[in-house]
Amino acid sequence: MSLDLHALCIHSATGTALFAPLTLHIPAGAVVTVMGPSGVGKSTLLDAIGGHLAHGFRLSGQVLLSGHDVSRLPAEARRIGLVFQEALLFPHLSVGDNLAFGLPAALRGRKLRRAAVEAALDQAGLAGMHDRDPATLSGGQRARAALMRTLLAEPAALLLDEPFANLDAGLKAEIRRFTLDHVKARAIPALMVTHDPDDAAAAGGAVVALG
Amino acid sequence: MSRDGRLLRACVLAVVGLGLIAPIALGLWQTGRAAFGILPALGRTEWTLQPWHDLAALPGFATSLRLTLVTGIGSTLLSLLLATGFCATVHAQMTPAASARMLTPFLAIPHAAMAVGLAFVLAPSGWIARVVAPLAGWDRPPDWATVNDGWGLALLAGLMVKEVPFLLLVMLSALSQIAVAQQMAAGRALGYGRGIVWIKIIMPQVWPLIRLPVWVVLAYALSVVDMAMILGPSNPPTLAVAVTRWFTDADPAMLLPASAGAILQAVVVALAVALLWSGEGLARRLGRWWLRRGGRGLSAEPGLWAASAGVAVLLAAGALAMLSLLVWSLAWRWSFPQLLPQSWSLEPWATAQMGWLRALGNTMLLAAATGTLSLTLAIAWLEGEDRGHRSRTRWAEALIYLPLLLPQIGFLYGLNVVFLRAGISGGIGAVIWAQALFVFPYVMIALSDPWRALDRRMLHAAAALGAGPWRRLWAVKLPILLRPILTAAAIGVAVSVAQYLPTLFTGAGRIATLTTEAVTLSSGSDRRITGVYATLQAALPFAAYLAAFAVPALLHRNRRSLTGAAAA
Repeated sequence: MSLDLHALCIHSATGTALFAPLTLHIPAGAVVTVMGPSGVGKSTLLDAIGGHLAHGFRLSGQVLLSGHDVSRLPAEARRIGLVFQEALLFPHLSVGDNLAFGLPAALRGRKLRRAAVEAALDQAGLAGMHDRDPATLSGGQRARAALMRTLLAEPAALLLDEPFANLDAGLKAEIRRFTLDHVKARAIPALMVTHDPDDAAAAGGAVVALG
Repeated sequence: MSRDGRLLRACVLAVVGLGLIAPIALGLWQTGRAAFGILPALGRTEWTLQPWHDLAALPGFATSLRLTLVTGIGSTLLSLLLATGFCATVHAQMTPAASARMLTPFLAIPHAAMAVGLAFVLAPSGWIARVVAPLAGWDRPPDWATVNDGWGLALLAGLMVKEVPFLLLVMLSALSQIAVAQQMAAGRALGYGRGIVWIKIIMPQVWPLIRLPVWVVLAYALSVVDMAMILGPSNPPTLAVAVTRWFTDADPAMLLPASAGAILQAVVVALAVALLWSGEGLARRLGRWWLRRGGRGLSAEPGLWAASAGVAVLLAAGALAMLSLLVWSLAWRWSFPQLLPQSWSLEPWATAQMGWLRALGNTMLLAAATGTLSLTLAIAWLEGEDRGHRSRTRWAEALIYLPLLLPQIGFLYGLNVVFLRAGISGGIGAVIWAQALFVFPYVMIALSDPWRALDRRMLHAAAALGAGPWRRLWAVKLPILLRPILTAAAIGVAVSVAQYLPTLFTGAGRIATLTTEAVTLSSGSDRRITGVYATLQAALPFAAYLAAFAVPALLHRNRRSLTGAAAA
């Protein structure tokens, strides 16, 4: 698995390019960091890679997953996972059902699916919280549950949009380690947008300055 | 983006174009032709201005026009003034949830039911007179025209009882988008009084957000028929009521001047909106001059308190009116000047049972059908925008408001001509269609903001987890938006139940609803029976609002972020 951007460029509705064409190679298990001032289009870059661009933006260049161009596919067919600074757990579902939402439909059988969810909860230190309301979790628990939800979908690549920005200092180091360890253990190529040089240092991969 | 989204948008556009815009345009066209003498059914095929001359020569025409202008423009401006003052006084002390709870009954009750109740309260034998009677020494109702007065004051008050809560609702929702507390603190620190900060700083920001709803109120007040029939002067009545009478006159030749009157009604609304628009421009210039002078001396405090007191009186009258519907429907012996009936009975409910059961059945069928159709179309429209990753264009927004700004009387006659030719007039389908023209805009307006407020990244997260557009709709959006969806549906039910003219015209008088029956009964017959119909008419929207509150509370009882914070 690898994520490649080939001469990727985003044009706004008025036709101006947000940044110079971007070419990047992210091998499996590597975390590349994108840094740059606010408003330069870092989140828009992630939207483009994930397939979430708003109407009016135009994309040129290619997004390649293990060599296949996915830039014409809808978001749900790309298998590119998202991690945000807010956990964005679905508020109407229990914690367990949030995780089950991400589980591939190919995994059949109620018991098998439930077991997969319980195992993931266990890994995230959330054992026994299957039926909890996500709104009652602590910030750290929410962040771990959201990451597990993303990973259960078996993404071929990950996009992290300032994933640790909302956490206080102690929690930040813990969640950062938890996230990066999982990404590396599963050998998923990941692209991270952040303002924090510590994040980039912890990721250990290349750093790209945008803008 | 996806083909799917394009197909959905094309379907929505086709339904809106053929189902909503075409009937209004055709209705206006048919009415307009008749206003200039073309009515093939009567053998009239030549353009002429004669209908306008006939209209001007009809007895009471000038008085009707004057009454319309005074009650329509007067009630709107006064309501706006009172609502503004009330907001300025209580905004800091009321949570949005509390004010929504307080206003809901006033918003839910149909105009006709409120009018019937107010007539019960204001009449010479009504509750107010009964309270005053011992002091004034009356042993029989005074011989005063407190309802249906020639000046239209009862109608003006009735309109305000319905308009003030609506304006309060839109103002409070607009205020939630503005940092009122901070700006108030900044303004007062610069030496301006509370009321002056409100007028100079807050209102100019609120106005653009409430301009359209104020236009809707103005258009409605100028062209209301049911409330004007119940509370307004009867001879001559307001223009809209007069035009309705001419349309339903036994002499078919009256259709021509009636059509001219209907077009005039539309012109009156257009001119009034234009007047308000230019008034806004003038106020902007004067306001800027006043603002730049920097005067701090004026105190608006007494005005604010007067406005708040006015609102309190209106709301109290409205609450009494609602209560009086129920009391009259259960009253048996109730002689003047007793405050409460001497004996109670379910007799009025029993005697009218056949009638109200049929009307209730029709009303519920119409509300369910129009509500479901409108909600489906609204969700399809919003989902189409989502799938195209688009925001709404201005012309589409204007399209939604169009049926609310046009007077109903302006195109309903023409619409029924079209329905007659299509052979559907007088059927339940025609009434559903005609009502949906007015139900859909309200449902769409109610649902749009909460729909767009849903965090887009929540949907991106679902897509990134492999959920396609349909799964995102069914498994994420609809459940999270359950409360606003049901609230929009309840508003749809309330609007449908309240419809009078569309039911009357396109139902060809054959479809009896609670509203048509209540309006018919209100002119003179038994108050107890009228109370039965008006109580049911008010109860139906209440029940819908209650369900919109209770169902999500029950389904989401273990989901904190969907019960507490989403309540506003």
